[in-house]
Amino acid sequence: MHDPVLSLHRVSFCYRSVAALDDISLDLRRGEILGIIGPNGSGKSTALRIMSGVLRPQAGSVLWLGRPLAQVRRADLARQLAVVPQDTAIEFPFSVLEVVLMGRAPHLGGFAFEGDRDIAAAQAALRRTATSHLAHRCIHELSGGERQRVTLARALAQEPQVLLLDEPGAFLDIRHAVEIYDLLRDLQAEGMTIATVLHDLNLAALYCDRVALLKAGRLVRLGAPGEVITYATLTEVYETEVYVDTNDITGAVNVLPLSRPYRERLRR
Amino acid sequence: MPYLTRRRFVRVNALLAAGLLATLCGAALIGPVHVDLMRALQRTGGPSPDFVILFDTRLPRVLLGAVVGGALAVAGAALQGLLRNPLADPHILGISGGAALGGIVAIILAGQQPLAAFSAGPVGSFLGALGATFLIYRLALVHGRLQPYTLLLTGVVVNAFAGALIMFINSLADFYQAHGILFWLMGSLATQSYRLVGTITVYALAAAACLLWQARHMNVLSLGEEAALQLGVEVERTRRIIFFTSSLLVGAVVSVSGMIGFVGLIVPHVLRLTLGADHRLLLPASFLAGGMFLVWADTLARTLLGATEIPVGVVTALCGAPFFIYLLTRAAGKAFD
Repeated sequence: MHDPVLSLHRVSFCYRSVAALDDISLDLRRGEILGIIGPNGSGKSTALRIMSGVLRPQAGSVLWLGRPLAQVRRADLARQLAVVPQDTAIEFPFSVLEVVLMGRAPHLGGFAFEGDRDIAAAQAALRRTATSHLAHRCIHELSGGERQRVTLARALAQEPQVLLLDEPGAFLDIRHAVEIYDLLRDLQAEGMTIATVLHDLNLAALYCDRVALLKAGRLVRLGAPGEVITYATLTEVYETEVYVDTNDITGAVNVLPLSRPYRERLRR
Repeated sequence: MPYLTRRRFVRVNALLAAGLLATLCGAALIGPVHVDLMRALQRTGGPSPDFVILFDTRLPRVLLGAVVGGALAVAGAALQGLLRNPLADPHILGISGGAALGGIVAIILAGQQPLAAFSAGPVGSFLGALGATFLIYRLALVHGRLQPYTLLLTGVVVNAFAGALIMFINSLADFYQAHGILFWLMGSLATQSYRLVGTITVYALAAAACLLWQARHMNVLSLGEEAALQLGVEVERTRRIIFFTSSLLVGAVVSVSGMIGFVGLIVPHVLRLTLGADHRLLLPASFLAGGMFLVWADTLARTLLGATEIPVGVVTALCGAPFFIYLLTRAAGKAFD
């Protein structure tokens, strides 16, 4: 029924002596959009890095399609799993098309040139992320939001079955953010499995099938957005008062910040 | 130039190869003594002086210049890719210094003269280059990330340290050895045998081919280590190969021609501006253009003061140091944006 693509079982991870993840068990189910939410420093990005195999946990196990992730060859994994990291600096003046074509790396061997198949995949990825017009620009000339969409295009050019994203909407205005999440929905409809870290609780409520709420490296809640994103849970986890109600149009949960006088009034 | 196609790869490299060939022919005919090509090729009763100058003195020197320049430029381009730093260069990072130190130690231990072909020098130079690369890499890696300025400062320190040790050894060596060491250190492509040129060519081409094999991985590495892993690149293995091969290249080159700086900085940088950043084209183009650059620099060194020769390392440093300052100010400007 719930076919797990990636599963973390009792995973713990620390950077030097600082614990980042503490005994987390979490499945990524085939075909779902899983949101990973939580306050700053709660271990969201670390969880994503563990899932992509960049970090190996000190305790617990990570399974990819039932096999230990550490035993899967990186090139094999990269043909099926793509990652959209947070903004990364690119050292050399590559063109946007060249960067997106690097998404084809796991499909090419040795000293190879990209073929028609690779170019087609890159162009399709550029189209889907609305960045075709940037193809010939130098990557250094782009704005943060444009660069983020190009990074997504690079991941799509990999033609993966699973997509992991670290705050894909962070540098985007409200229109471009919803466009990215709409695109994730479209990809889901085509069979893609998606896990995304996000800060924006409203977007999490609107787009995710399930959300995992982390705090200080621990998994606090896991379930449908309506069950996890509640006034009681948020005030406890984020340690602040927020305003929560239901959106009349979408039926999803709405979370709004409150300024100090209102927070104090609520606390009384 | 949106992306690299096979056609563009072939066309650019063919053009540069033609340029290198023209450079080899042209530079061999230029020198303080005029050589008449027709007289050199006429073989009436023993070789003419023109033949001797052209084929025994100038041609091996020009060929060596091409290989050494090509090797230094390709090593520079590879190190820049490995360290994700366009300011990297074998000379600036202290790898050449380490190679020189290793070469000198080996030569002294074996009791030989530098520039003697197939001496202990190349092995020592390679070990010295490898040691320096390793040291620089370890020291500049702060919290798992290579810090650009730490990298350059580490290079400065490695250079100073190697330099001091070389001076120390030099002060202990006998007069002839000391003179040989100094001459070699300044960087020279003077009178070389065809056998030496042949050996170094085989070394350089093999190492360059090995680096070219990693070119696509170097491209992906410029997205950062984490992204490269996620794109299926075995980052550690790739790094080790580049690391080892460029040390081999620098060690081999330093053992025959001494310290010639800045070729590995200028050539890849200019090519990146004109051809784009793709290492699949950048590496072979650097080899060909680096060869051209050093042959012309050496021609300048041979002819500028008439019969008195300037060390070619002096010429490249005089061009390269201001260029480096220019790059550094630009990089600093970017850092403060």
